[in-house]
Amino acid sequence: MAGLLELERVTAGYGGGDILHELDLSVEDGGITCIVGPNGAGKSTILRVVSGLLRPRLGAIRFRGASIVGLTPRAILQRGIVQVPQERSLFPTMTVWENVRMGAYTERDQRLIDRRLEEVCEAFTVVRERRDEPAASLSGGQQKIVEFARALMLDPALVILDEPSMGLDPKTRSTVFETIRAMNRAGRTILLVEQNARSGLGLASHGVVLESGRVRLEGDGPAVLNNPEISRLYLGATA
Amino acid sequence: MSRLRVLKRVGLLAAIVIALILPLIAPDPSTTNLAVFTVMYIGLATSWNIMGGYTGYISLGHAAFFGFGAYSLGLLSNHLNVAPGYAPFLLVPVAGVISGLVAVLIGWIALRTRAATFVIVTIAFMFMGQLLAENLVKLTGGGAGLGFPYPQQWGGDFYNTPFYYAMLALAFLALATSWTIRRSKFGLGLLAIRDDEDKALAVGVPTRRFKLAAFTISAIPVGMIGAVYGYYVTYVYPQFVFDPLIGISMVLMVFLGGLGTLAGPVLGALLLEPAQLQFAYRFGASRLYLVFYAAVFLLVMLFLPRGVVPSVQELLQRRRQELASP
Repeated sequence: MAGLLELERVTAGYGGGDILHELDLSVEDGGITCIVGPNGAGKSTILRVVSGLLRPRLGAIRFRGASIVGLTPRAILQRGIVQVPQERSLFPTMTVWENVRMGAYTERDQRLIDRRLEEVCEAFTVVRERRDEPAASLSGGQQKIVEFARALMLDPALVILDEPSMGLDPKTRSTVFETIRAMNRAGRTILLVEQNARSGLGLASHGVVLESGRVRLEGDGPAVLNNPEISRLYLGATA
Repeated sequence: MSRLRVLKRVGLLAAIVIALILPLIAPDPSTTNLAVFTVMYIGLATSWNIMGGYTGYISLGHAAFFGFGAYSLGLLSNHLNVAPGYAPFLLVPVAGVISGLVAVLIGWIALRTRAATFVIVTIAFMFMGQLLAENLVKLTGGGAGLGFPYPQQWGGDFYNTPFYYAMLALAFLALATSWTIRRSKFGLGLLAIRDDEDKALAVGVPTRRFKLAAFTISAIPVGMIGAVYGYYVTYVYPQFVFDPLIGISMVLMVFLGGLGTLAGPVLGALLLEPAQLQFAYRFGASRLYLVFYAAVFLLVMLFLPRGVVPSVQELLQRRRQELASP
């Protein structure tokens, strides 16, 4: 499959020095790419350079073959890359319905917005069932799913999910991962950054293990998950 | 249509009919005077809510627009030699536009701040308006006040009636504006600003432009109401129109009724203004009614921090959920 998003020899960091070192990464069109790695490996930095919040010092980033380096976050959003951040990002006193509508705030075509709202309601029943309730009244998992629904309002080609399972109980976590799988089955390309390597790689068509700003290992998600060294280092398996 | 919705619509219709025929069924001046002030505060609180309730920016300086509106109409009427009667009402929209322009200027500066700083900056602007009215003696009459045309032809019970209908029209205008904004994309953006301004910016809400627009839109009816008030009382003094208590009353009514709701400011004004007038009549110049205001504010903050309307809505929703669950 062709790479929808390509990072080529990307070097990026903050004032204190580089975090990513000549990083190469390809996100397959139609797949789920999961990046795992310890704290400080550079997972969040990848998301920041892709969404335009951080400009890489060296290297190229291409989306559908065109460079997106130097574009504003808004321009990148309009090209079809949407990010669901790690922290809660809903507007708490606004209703579920209003929150989902906010996802297409920059869209002017009302008929298109209405159609997407319909599609989102079909895909995420919680949006229809709890539409008039304040977002703050939902559970953590439901809020995360409403965030996914909001992200789909712009009909993105690539959905970036930053630690979607963070702070969720095991049952809710499995619901959230099931929702991610359903989004992918519906044709969305997913780039997932996940601390929970077992769940993330178990879901992924492509797994990437990041260490000190470089790709240490990559391959099919299950293959990476079953790699003995990775199991020992990240999954707590005994040798 | 659900029974609750039918009841709501019937109640709303009845309220509108009563408001329209009030001077006919209760024409005595004490009742119509009470109605003029109550409807005035419905308009003021509803207008304030467009800024304070929808964006979460608490302005304590909205009395400045009330004052600018009052002085604008007084000065225009006097300089244009407008005859007393219905003609000064035609200048009320001009007073609204002048207040709106002042709001653009104040908002452009004040909205560079947030939270408590914004509150303080708006109070400061209100007092600057008061000082201007006091010190530009040649223009405003200074501390001696400014007279308006006096419609002598409206004698007896009828005197209050045109003012009542003018205030009612402005209250309806404020309510219609608030209702339209609440249901618009612009309103959605304002609510997003209230919840989290940075997140609102991230999803594409032009926060600065929207805040200034809301501030200006909320100031225009306040200026128009101030103009009608000035004409009603026929004489205005700086300290009584650029009065912090007018600004605080708007805020208190909205907080009591329900911040960011359409019905909240109306309910707050209906509950507080008649009570405040009763206290003012009974205790006269002692301003003891301020103790009452302080007590109400304390009780609202302690027991109904979200106001009456959201609390009742929450109660009804909980009850519906209880009934729905097996």
